[in-house]
Amino acid sequence: MPPVLELKTITKRFPGVLANDRIDLSLERGEIHALLGENGAGKTTLMNILYGLYQPDEGEIFINGRQVQIHSPTDAINAGIGMVHQHFMLIPVFTVTENVMLGSESLKMGGILDRRAATERIRQISSAYGLEVDPDDYVRDLPVGVQQRVEIIKLLYREADILILDEPTAVLTPQEADELFKIMHSLTERGKSIIFITHKLREVLDIADRITVIRRGKVVGSTTPKQANQSKLAAMMVGREVDLSVHKRAFTPGADVLTVQNLKVGDDRGQIAVDDVSFTVRAGEVLGIAGVQGNGQTELVEALTGLRPALDGSVRLLNEDVTRANPRRITELGTAHIPEDRQRDGLVLSFPVADNLVLNTYYQRPFSKGAVLQQATIAKVAEERVNSFDIRTPSVDTSAASLSGGNQQKVIVARELSRPVKLVVASQPTRGLDVGSIEYIHGRLIESRDNGGAVLLVSSELDEIMQLSDRIAVIYRGKIVDVLSAQDASKEKVGLLMAGVVRTATAKKASLGVKPKPKAKASSKTKTSARKAAQKKKTSRAAKTTRRRKDS
Amino acid sequence: MANQDSQSTPPKDKSAFGIFMHELARGSLIVPILAIITGLLLGGLIVAVTTDQVYTAWSRSPLEAIGVGINAALRSYSALFNGAIGNPERIADALASGEAAALRRAFNPFFESLIKSVPYIFAGLAVALGFRAGLFNIGAEGQLFMGAVASVYVGFAVKGLPAIIHLPLALGAGALGGAIWGFIPGWLKAKTGGHEVINTIMMNYIAFRLSEYLLRGPLQRPDTTNPISPFIETTAQLPRFFESPIRFHLGFFIALAAAYGVYWLLFKTRLGFELRTVGANPNAARYAGMNILVITVLAMSLSGALAGMAGANEVLGVNYTLAPAFSSGYGFDSIALALIGRSHPVGVVLAALLFGTLRNGALQMQIAANVPVDIISVMQALILAFIAAPAIIRTIYRLRAPQQQEDGLHVRGWGG
Repeated sequence: MPPVLELKTITKRFPGVLANDRIDLSLERGEIHALLGENGAGKTTLMNILYGLYQPDEGEIFINGRQVQIHSPTDAINAGIGMVHQHFMLIPVFTVTENVMLGSESLKMGGILDRRAATERIRQISSAYGLEVDPDDYVRDLPVGVQQRVEIIKLLYREADILILDEPTAVLTPQEADELFKIMHSLTERGKSIIFITHKLREVLDIADRITVIRRGKVVGSTTPKQANQSKLAAMMVGREVDLSVHKRAFTPGADVLTVQNLKVGDDRGQIAVDDVSFTVRAGEVLGIAGVQGNGQTELVEALTGLRPALDGSVRLLNEDVTRANPRRITELGTAHIPEDRQRDGLVLSFPVADNLVLNTYYQRPFSKGAVLQQATIAKVAEERVNSFDIRTPSVDTSAASLSGGNQQKVIVARELSRPVKLVVASQPTRGLDVGSIEYIHGRLIESRDNGGAVLLVSSELDEIMQLSDRIAVIYRGKIVDVLSAQDASKEKVGLLMAGVVRTATAKKASLGVKPKPKAKASSKTKTSARKAAQKKKTSRAAKTTRRRKDS
Repeated sequence: MANQDSQSTPPKDKSAFGIFMHELARGSLIVPILAIITGLLLGGLIVAVTTDQVYTAWSRSPLEAIGVGINAALRSYSALFNGAIGNPERIADALASGEAAALRRAFNPFFESLIKSVPYIFAGLAVALGFRAGLFNIGAEGQLFMGAVASVYVGFAVKGLPAIIHLPLALGAGALGGAIWGFIPGWLKAKTGGHEVINTIMMNYIAFRLSEYLLRGPLQRPDTTNPISPFIETTAQLPRFFESPIRFHLGFFIALAAAYGVYWLLFKTRLGFELRTVGANPNAARYAGMNILVITVLAMSLSGALAGMAGANEVLGVNYTLAPAFSSGYGFDSIALALIGRSHPVGVVLAALLFGTLRNGALQMQIAANVPVDIISVMQALILAFIAAPAIIRTIYRLRAPQQQEDGLHVRGWGG
């Protein structure tokens, strides 16, 4: 039997760039085929060709052994190819049914939407593949993971046999990702085939049947999870040996740098997001804050950096009370802040790299004298930082928007860590980055620690927390439920704390008088409802981000 | 990944004009220029189809009708040219005769166009400055009125000062009047979040009615019942460079200086950096420790001051008095103008010269070619529509879409 899909010597040139260079790829029925590569390796270009958004300059596409021409997404859909984009294409104010019907409406009596028939089919699809979703829910009310299911249902509704998932886990919590993997298996069991685009090594090893690695537009190799391991895959992706382990000096903590006491912070809707949190970060240590996204981390970091007012409690930085200080004061006291959303808060994308490198020091000497910016100095210092932080940019006058995500993050890291810094607040510092950049940024954070800086690392990537932290605080529903030392922490233990399942003695005390909670081991019901709450928050933030994108 | 190499070349020449030329080369100015050309072509078409003779000719032969139409369009554009730049024959004659008065008359249209450009430059800079700070200042017209009111008052009420003091004082009063009118919506936005679009529109109405009231009350000329102010003292007049009929005055050079000043402020100073950061990404501005409230208020006040200068220049340089409706919508046209000029001072000056020239030539077009003045408004509207919807121009001329996102407007959404 011929493969479901076969790409032969696909080549695509853009001005000055060979995006795809004679790429061969085949997909068997019922297979999960991972397409692995760094950002900009050419994965997305290849899939856009397959989906009819680009035309290849050379090469052929075969489906079930028959050659096809794909000129548009409509051709792709007719050929049984469906794609779930990284950013969902759903209309928030429509119901699930309406979203699924959109573009392939079933009609009755010549023009009236047959909603009932559509709903019925959605129910069938969702029970057949284990895609739990209520067709009558509005998309805006659904957590991100469920929205993704709606996207998959859309493809199945159009009878797609080949599903392309573009970085599907980038927006998901670890739990949601696990759900997605289950769904992917149930799809392949029923004869669907999946191309899974990603740059996350662990996921690939967990779920793929076959792995094709692309680097700079070329296929550098094909392998299976049995034959490969993380460092081998990383080396294939990056083109050199990558050191995934983190080397740091022995843990010798110094004086308290950041002291947070009974901190209370509200979120945008006036709900308590950070509830009576206390911790300290000492010189020469990394305190990791682990937690599923949306449990108050964002608000906590914003309160510590002066971007959000604290409702109660105190924050001390060295010997100064900074509870009500503004961001500039906190920066001047020696805080580096690597913000969670680099494009939203950390950079002005339309500005050149040089301006972004002085975004919060532009007013100081030598960058300004009196009211006048010293542009020659700014450019000179920018050149130095671009070199010393290995920022890949054609020049310091290039706009930040045209850099890759990894290099954008390096701009921020360069700006924040080239000042004399006593405290580093790093929030999701490697989210969405490629292996090379992650390695680099981890190295820089550890360097700060080894040089006697205090590092507060907030991340929802458990691996990252475990690798870097000397102590791990777990945040759940706005409370620190436990603080573990690195030796005591196991992935399982932290994972359970993150899910709010295990509660320790200290945490119980903290929650006393707030609300009587069911017993520690908690029925699965509380667990799911807790997760739902966390996810809901996340959705609303995701929705906001989409809106912001539209605005710009 | 297709776009990694194309937009990387930085401007070599860091001067104002260098940056402007760099943007031109990068293609972000191709669209406005093509939009202008397309607007002029379509304007000609409109002239043709609104000419009666075309229809009488049509009944004889379509070919003849096309000829007549082209003729009509050419005739009106040559009238426009004569009115805006000068009649080449008359210029040649005057040069041949060498007579001073004839020369002045021959070159007068060109200088009139420059005079008409002055309020456009000021008001365009006002709007552009707002755009750069992420503010949509619709209130330039009202600020312009308040500037005119303030400077005319200082111009006629203060007596006995030498020109060297009186003129700057009157100009300063105009800037201050506009600044106050910009400050109020800026302050409202910073303090209460009231959207500047709404508030500046409302401030416009207050300015119109307030100036009318003043012209019928405290500012009215004593010997008349018309709503008109007394003439300003000669010491407050902007000096003219030539004898009558050329009215070309110092205001033009003040406007150019203001354009350079705005450029310098935006791109060379701390405040400008803050202003542009707040405009481009207010979240990053907050993160960087900038005081968004102060910068917003400051930007609106500065914008108002520039618009006020537009009014002051009309009063002190051209009219020497203030009457209602003295501004033919300079403040509103300037919104369009700032867009055409890509909110860059050089672009604003060029666009203002274009607008001034068109406005000045329109009059001649009406007299000589019997084409209604409104055609010019239609043409301006077309040019604007093309600039606002670059996709149309790109489709017509098969230009490649820019690799980078359009950041031409420098304005955030209505959510502000």
